[in-house]
Amino acid sequence: MIEGAKWRRWVFFYIPLSAFVFTLLFPFYWMMVTAVRPDAELYRPWSAPNYAPFWTAHPTLDHITYLLQETLFSTWMLNTLFISIAATLISLFCGLLAGYALSRLKFRFAGMLGTAIFITYLVPQTLLFIPLADVVRNFHLGDTPWALILTYPTFLIPFCTWLLMGYFKAIPRELEECARIDGAARWQAMLYIIFPIAVPGILSAGIFAFTLSWNEFIYALVFLSSPAQKTVPVGVTSELIRGDVFYWGSLMAGALLGSIPVAFVYSFFVEHYVAGLTGAVKG
Amino acid sequence: MAVSDVTTSDTYAVSVRRWPITRLLEDERWLAFVLLLPTLVLLGLFIAYPFVKGVELSVTDAKVGVPGSFVGMQNFALLLNDSIFRVAVWNTVVYTAVTTVFKLALGLWLALLLNRNFKGKAFTRAFILLPFIIPTVLSTFAWKWMFDPTFSVINWTLFRLGLIGTRINWLGDPSLALISVIIVNIWRGVPFYAISLLAGLQTINPELQDAAAIDGARPWQRFWYVTWPLLLPVTMVVVLFSVIQTFADFQLVYVLTGGGPANATHLFATYAYQIGVGTGLLSQGAAISLAMFPVLLVVVIVQLLYIRRVETL
Repeated sequence: MIEGAKWRRWVFFYIPLSAFVFTLLFPFYWMMVTAVRPDAELYRPWSAPNYAPFWTAHPTLDHITYLLQETLFSTWMLNTLFISIAATLISLFCGLLAGYALSRLKFRFAGMLGTAIFITYLVPQTLLFIPLADVVRNFHLGDTPWALILTYPTFLIPFCTWLLMGYFKAIPRELEECARIDGAARWQAMLYIIFPIAVPGILSAGIFAFTLSWNEFIYALVFLSSPAQKTVPVGVTSELIRGDVFYWGSLMAGALLGSIPVAFVYSFFVEHYVAGLTGAVKG
Repeated sequence: MAVSDVTTSDTYAVSVRRWPITRLLEDERWLAFVLLLPTLVLLGLFIAYPFVKGVELSVTDAKVGVPGSFVGMQNFALLLNDSIFRVAVWNTVVYTAVTTVFKLALGLWLALLLNRNFKGKAFTRAFILLPFIIPTVLSTFAWKWMFDPTFSVINWTLFRLGLIGTRINWLGDPSLALISVIIVNIWRGVPFYAISLLAGLQTINPELQDAAAIDGARPWQRFWYVTWPLLLPVTMVVVLFSVIQTFADFQLVYVLTGGGPANATHLFATYAYQIGVGTGLLSQGAAISLAMFPVLLVVVIVQLLYIRRVETL
C-alpha cells in the first residue's frame, strides 16, 4: 500500500485524507443539526451556560413541519421533479439522435456541426439569460414550467450528445452492417442494434442531466415569478427569507429535504454518475 | 450481393419499397438531417436566437416595457467609466485565478490520496462528491449560516481555540467577503477536480511507476516526470471547463453577499443581474453579460485547439 514507517502513513495519508473528508462533509452535518435544533438553541449567545454548538439535546421537527405546512415547499418539490424529468427526457431524445448522426453517419458539415454543438456546451447560462428572458416572454412561456423544460435542454443536449458520441464511436461498425445485410433499414439498425448497446451511456447522461436540471438556478430565478411555479432552489432562496430575517431552521430543513432527490438518485447510480462526469470532461 | 438477393422477400425490404420515407432515410444525408433536426431547432431557438437578440439589445437603450432605440456602443462606453463594473471585472479575474489554482492543487492532492488502495475507498469517493452534486444554492446557504456574523460556528471554534479575540465578520467586511466567496467556491469545486483527475490517474499504467522506482526515482520525481506529464491532457480539459464555469459564476455570490457589501463582491453575472433584472435596464444588463464573451471565446478556442492537437497526436 504505502511504503515506509507507520508515522509516514499517518502524516502523508490518513491525516490529510481525514481533513479533506471532514471539510467537505461538515457543512452537510451542520445543515442537519440546524434543521432539528429548536430556535431557542439556534440563537443562544456564546456566553450562555451549556452552550454546545455541535449537537442538540432537544431535537425538534418544528422546522420541517413549518416548511411542509406553512410554505409551498412540497409544490416546489413537485415542480422541480416534473421540470427535471421532462427536460432530461427531451435532452436524452435529442442527444441520442444527434449523437448517432454525428458519430456514425457521413455527411457534409458533420465536423462543423459537431464543433458547433461542442461550443454551445461551453456557453454558460449567465451569458444569455437577459435576452433569453425576452425570448421566453415572446413565446408566452414566461412563468410556466415550459420556460425551463424547453431552455434546460440548451445546456443538457450538447452534454448528452457529446457523452453519447463517445459511446457510439466505441461500438464496432460490423454489428450494424450485419443487421443491414439481414435486411434492416438504417434507422432500424440504429434503434434495435446500436441504442440498446449504448444503455449504460444513456443512463449516465440521464442521471447527470437530471442532477444538472435540479441544480439549475439563474433561469429558474429569472423566468418564473409566482411562488407556486418556483423550483426548490429558487423557492428556498426567495420565499424563506422575509426582508432581512433568515429563518435558519426552516432554511436548513429546506436545503436538506431539497437535496434528498438528487442524493437519492446519486446514491443508486454513483458509478454511472462518475462515468458521466468524467466522460463529459474527456469528451 | 448474393446475401441481399436472398433476403429481398424479407418484410424489411418490402417495407423499404412501400414507404418513400423509409427509402429516403436509407440515404445517410437525409437520415442525418432528420436526426439532427430536433437538436438544431432547440439550440437555434434558445441559444443562437437569444445570442443575436442579446447583441441587438446591447446596442439599444431598452428598458423593461420600453423597446428602446439604437444607441451604438453607448452602453459599452458607459461601462468603461462605471467604477462598479471595473470592480466586478477585477473581482471576476481574481476569483477565477485564485480558485482555479487552489482547486487544481487540492483536487490533485485528493486524487493522489484516493488513487491508493485502502479500506472504504469506494465509500469515501462517493461521499466526497457530495458538495458537487447537492444543489449549489442549498449548500451555499449552509455556508452562509456558518459565516453568520453573530452565530458563526467557525468563529466559535476559532475563539475557543484561542486563535481570535473578536468575531470575524466574514461576509460583512468588503475585503473578507470576496475571500469567503472564494473559500466556498474552492470547497464546491475540489471534488470535481479530484474525481476527474482520479479517472485520469487510473488510466496511467502502474508499471511505469514501478519502472521509474526501480531506476531509483524518488516519489517526488516519479510524480513530476512520470505521472504529471501523462495526466496533463485531462488536467488541461478539466481546468478549461472549470475556468468557464467560474468566470461566469452567479449562484455563490448571489446567495452569500448579493454583490455587497457596497458592491464590493460583484462578478460579471451578478452585476448583469442587478442592472438587467433588478433595475430593469435590459440593454445595459445585456451589455455586461456580453462583456464576458471575448474572454470565454478565447478559452473555448484554446480548448478546441488543444483537443484537436491531442486527437491528431
